[in-house]
Amino acid sequence: MKRIVFVIACASSLSASAATPAELLAQYQAEATKASSGFVPSAQRGGAFYVRHFSANAKMPACTSCHTDRPVQPGRHVVTDKPIKPLSPVANPERFTDPAKVEKWFKRNCTEVTGRECTPAEKADVIAFLLDGGGQ
Amino acid sequence: MKKTLILIAWLAPLAAQADKARMPTDAPPAFQSECGSCHVAFPPGLMSAEDWRQVMQRLDEHYGDNASLDEPTRRTIEAFLVRTAGPLLKLGAGAPARAGEPPRLTRTRWFQREHREVAAADWNHPKVKSPANCAACHTRAAQGSYRESEIVLPSGRRWED
Repeated sequence: MKRIVFVIACASSLSASAATPAELLAQYQAEATKASSGFVPSAQRGGAFYVRHFSANAKMPACTSCHTDRPVQPGRHVVTDKPIKPLSPVANPERFTDPAKVEKWFKRNCTEVTGRECTPAEKADVIAFLLDGGGQ
Repeated sequence: MKKTLILIAWLAPLAAQADKARMPTDAPPAFQSECGSCHVAFPPGLMSAEDWRQVMQRLDEHYGDNASLDEPTRRTIEAFLVRTAGPLLKLGAGAPARAGEPPRLTRTRWFQREHREVAAADWNHPKVKSPANCAACHTRAAQGSYRESEIVLPSGRRWED
């Protein structure tokens, strides 16, 4: 019995640090449903959000400023010119597999581009868009 | 024998300072992941300990970005930078371009002297964007290497040609 508990504890700690993009999407969907029951992620809405120009930051007005119009392609940081690997998990399987990293960059990049943090619904929509092969 | 040891002890730091752009081999993993995502992870030897402290204490105003970190990570990276920083006397201070900004490693006397032969046309080339874009000319900057033989100007000309 003790051993089983130990194995379960190990397995659950693994799932806390590694995930699939679909699992992350489901988590954000569950969070979004709390605020608005019946919320269903939309790749189309995510795509519109992805290309939308915000007025918070003249240098990087949209996700596309660094991640390009086609997130299956590599991008470049618009200020520093540093190469950025493709954002879409379709092209880059490392993306959206580390929940802490995903939260960190959503927080940073949403604040930088939109001037505020993104809602769970917006995050779910964007992941849906990227998983849908966004911009391919 | 004692004299030789003293001489070695005296010369060793000089040799270590000869290549300020060299990346220390014991950088914490957070240094690369946190400081090498938006820009090249700059070699710590390019700025003095005091300048690095100022940068790390104002991450919320990081040259136009909010680069805040959780406190344990921030402290780990700051300790690494301070421990491997360059000598203020040789580098000079990274006097910021605008009042109120944190120091910039591109503004030290040492950096300016090292780059004095770079033409304005190269600095202003659309591919360069910022003097801190080391990789625009130092083709192996991402690997922490800044040898002269690896420099290719944005126009495509090799520095040594």
